[in-house]
Amino acid sequence: MGIFEIRSDAGRDTRPASARHRQDAIAQRWSLRITFIPLIVLGFVAIALIVRAWPILQTYPLIALLFGTVWKPSAGQFGLWPFITGTLWVTSVGVILAVPPSILTAIYISEYAQTRTRLIIKPILDVLAAIPPVVYGVWGLLAVVPFVESVLVPGLSGALGFLPLFASNQPTGFSVLAGGIVLAVMITPLIIAVIYEILHTVPNDLRQASLAVGATRWETIWRVLLPYIMPGIIAAIVLGASRAFGETIAVLMVVGNVPKVPTSLFDTAYPLPALIANNYGEMMSIPLYDAALLMVALVLLVVVFIFNLIAMMILRRFVR
Amino acid sequence: MQRPTLTRRNLGEMVMKRIMQGALVLVMSTLGLIVWTIISRGLPSLTWEMVSQTPKGGFYMGKGGGVLNAILGSIYIGLGSTMLALIVSLPIALALNTYVQQTRWQERIRLMLDVLWGIPSIVYGAFGFTVMLTFGLRASLLAGIVIVALVILPIMIRAMDEVLRRMPTDLTHAALALGTTRFEVARHVVLRQMLPGLVTAILLAFGRGIGDAASVLFTAGYTDRMPTSLFSPTATLPLAVLFQLSTPFEAVRERGYASAFILTILVLVVSIGARWLSHALSRYTIK
Repeated sequence: MGIFEIRSDAGRDTRPASARHRQDAIAQRWSLRITFIPLIVLGFVAIALIVRAWPILQTYPLIALLFGTVWKPSAGQFGLWPFITGTLWVTSVGVILAVPPSILTAIYISEYAQTRTRLIIKPILDVLAAIPPVVYGVWGLLAVVPFVESVLVPGLSGALGFLPLFASNQPTGFSVLAGGIVLAVMITPLIIAVIYEILHTVPNDLRQASLAVGATRWETIWRVLLPYIMPGIIAAIVLGASRAFGETIAVLMVVGNVPKVPTSLFDTAYPLPALIANNYGEMMSIPLYDAALLMVALVLLVVVFIFNLIAMMILRRFVR
Repeated sequence: MQRPTLTRRNLGEMVMKRIMQGALVLVMSTLGLIVWTIISRGLPSLTWEMVSQTPKGGFYMGKGGGVLNAILGSIYIGLGSTMLALIVSLPIALALNTYVQQTRWQERIRLMLDVLWGIPSIVYGAFGFTVMLTFGLRASLLAGIVIVALVILPIMIRAMDEVLRRMPTDLTHAALALGTTRFEVARHVVLRQMLPGLVTAILLAFGRGIGDAASVLFTAGYTDRMPTSLFSPTATLPLAVLFQLSTPFEAVRERGYASAFILTILVLVVSIGARWLSHALSRYTIK
């Protein structure tokens, strides 16, 4: 005390040292345990979904549920194939559209842009990532669906309509393509951020060595940086795909929600998350209906969990 | 000094640079397009009535009223879930950076949190609803708060964790050298030094919670009345947008665009406010 008094809350603690150390010991004992709370929550979610989905898994074989093409809950038919293909179509289109611009943008911001440009672009991308899904959905409804309907259908389908991929089988713009475009815009900031972070982990020696032997900057990127970060790029894509896979609200606003297996970019689709969002909470009197929907939720949980786990294990190799 | 000649390699360099600039412009202009679409369609329909009144009879057929109930509901859910998530997140993030010494365990826990970050909110929503069915509970503000808290929990912990990792070890060591326990370091030194970053993490999670629709769809429900109790259904802004857009009446859809505009402004204010507040608070840290 006296002149050595420490002016802080800690300094005013007049308890004996033993009490302070006991407090420290208690915190020590509990610290590892409480960090498992999020995992325990996930366990609860998984168990609840498994228990509630169990009745339908006992009634029908899993193969029949996943690959059945008829969805008529009132008649006891729970074929999820149209929804699974709908999700796969929309997710694939979104990822294919998002990946090339995302990689190029990330490389440009990291390797070419001046610090000033970078300082402007990064916050804008953060804002893009913070916009709620429903706002992307509104944008999709106002801009993307009409664009697909009045520009892409006549343009692409008119020229390439003989290919099944571009065939126009319905008159509206509510389509796989509209959902894919909205998803692409939503996952772009995520993919850019991940690739940008990985590019920062590349040792500068690699760049300098390549430039020193006379490579141009693009040759350095193409032959040195890209091979080095390739696993990270794959992880970024998997992460984006997993985000797109589970996206609900924005997609359901623009894909039309018709339970039919899509065969063309301009067909409607009915992805799995939209199936839950549109039907859960009502018509619970139909037997097994709610078990079927919770099985869909379980499928989403498992697929996204595995995707994320793979992506994150790859990314761990870059960050220490 | 010789000017570089236009070889095939230099040409490749130029072309690729232009392509990359093109990609950047594409990404940025898409963002501009989204903001412009929301403003140009939302702002004209935005009236004082929209933000000051609850829906009146026939609101969904184009009659008068506003979405004040949904704005307030969203703010309540955002605040409540952020508070709840904060109570759990802060001890976890502090423990992870103070007591969990083995890097192996730290990395495992971080990996789990990163994986949890991406679980779709509709899964939590479905989980919440099936639990509520089991216990015979109705949709309510409280249920919405709890489920949204689950959604933002991994986000908040991981964001805080990233902040706390940057704690200067000198400061920690200086405090420990004075004879403090690690608990006291976490409570009195780390918390103060890292406050600006923690505030950003909290506000980011709040922004995420306020905009999420899939998790509140079944759990908080929807109503045209103002939220008054924790145990009654509560409207939220994202669902207000969704429901107004699903009506066939143009006047109602216009108000849906205005609601989306309000939601966007709300999220942008939180997002930009987080940066500003973090900057303002950094005055009180040791540089």
